Amino acid sequence: MISFTYLEPASLDEALALLAQHGDQSKLIAGGTGLVNLIKQRLVRPSIVIGLRALKGLAAIEENGKLRIGALATLQSLAMSEPIRCSAPLLAEACRHVATVRIRSMATLGGAMAQADPNLDTPPALFALDTQIVARSERGERIIPVERFFTGYYETLLEPDEILIEILIPAQPAGSGTAFLKFLPATQDDYATVAVAARVALDGNGGIADARVALGAAAMVPVRATAVETALAGQRADEKIFRDAAALVADAIDPIADFRGSADYKRKMAVVYVRRALVEAAAKAKRPA
Amino acid sequence: MRTIKLTLNGTPIGREVEDSRLLVEFLREDLKLTGTKESCGVGVCGACTVLLDGKPISSCLALAVHADGCAVTTIEGIAEGDRLHPLQEAFLAHGGFQCGICTPGQILAAKALLDANPHPTRAEIQHWMMGNLCRCTGYYKIIESIAAGAE
Repeated sequence: MISFTYLEPASLDEALALLAQHGDQSKLIAGGTGLVNLIKQRLVRPSIVIGLRALKGLAAIEENGKLRIGALATLQSLAMSEPIRCSAPLLAEACRHVATVRIRSMATLGGAMAQADPNLDTPPALFALDTQIVARSERGERIIPVERFFTGYYETLLEPDEILIEILIPAQPAGSGTAFLKFLPATQDDYATVAVAARVALDGNGGIADARVALGAAAMVPVRATAVETALAGQRADEKIFRDAAALVADAIDPIADFRGSADYKRKMAVVYVRRALVEAAAKAKRPA
Repeated sequence: MRTIKLTLNGTPIGREVEDSRLLVEFLREDLKLTGTKESCGVGVCGACTVLLDGKPISSCLALAVHADGCAVTTIEGIAEGDRLHPLQEAFLAHGGFQCGICTPGQILAAKALLDANPHPTRAEIQHWMMGNLCRCTGYYKIIESIAAGAE
């Protein structure tokens, strides 16, 4: 392994001070499943690694109207968390699909977001749930809507002196249904060939009040399929409408060809999986009384 | 270098480690506990599975400094004296291994499962163990062994 100096701040203030001082030459480490692999592959060479694990308060999951998820909550703890399973089952489901229990026991939600690997499962789930990201530096705190957070391949809006401290999930529309589908033609612990997260809310007449659709492994960044969402708004929730709207995702994504499939194949499977996710989410949605 | 203190297989120890030392290197090279195997080195295969505060992790992706203050359990630590752990007995009785390289990881992953869920269904065993690869492909016997170990 490439050698680096490891620092372990005892408080968030201390961590922010270290980051302000070392910013560009340092990397934050939470669970390590992302960063250690990147260091091993020599894709990043930090001279300083700042460990966040002593900041125990940043692992809390709280519900008070909205869900506040500390950045250090592990994916396994989210998959098993009662508040998450009740109020944001889409996120619990996405976490359950990440890699293996070993990785889920180490990897954190904040780490997964900050790493910004477009193949990960949690970003599309957080897009569909209309999430906000809280980032803090010595300069202050800012709240970033998740769909503005990812700026490129492994790149985010985070500045070198900022720490992602919290993920905020608002109360979801009453009766809305969600679905997370991950197409895994090879092994169950693989990255998705394509992953889809959908949320559908119905109106009193069985029409679609609101739909949100997002994809992972579909481009250099997680993608929100606004063309699909717009096509669904106000329409009746039936198979034909979902089929026609899902077809629009083909032009909204830009998948890369790799051993999981050609770009064209992934585009076609994205259409299939968006349709299935919409049908499943609508089936779980309840019409308001 | 820094000093870390941990409870290793029930015994408190303190050691100096390089900041960038991986947990698997620390166990195998510094402590000579070679029961933990390293195979893929990228967190996929499960051969290096150990328990950190009871949770299964890939020791090839963990920093040794992240074991500071924690309890680490390796395959060397689950028997009680001459008495094998029930899962070790079950793997023996049911032929849950062939070449044996994946076995320490299989048994520790299975132990974490049974500690959290003493009576898993077959589907729960399969989902939990999905990331521990056996290149001899002896999966049926491994799952049988874990089911028997749960009895």
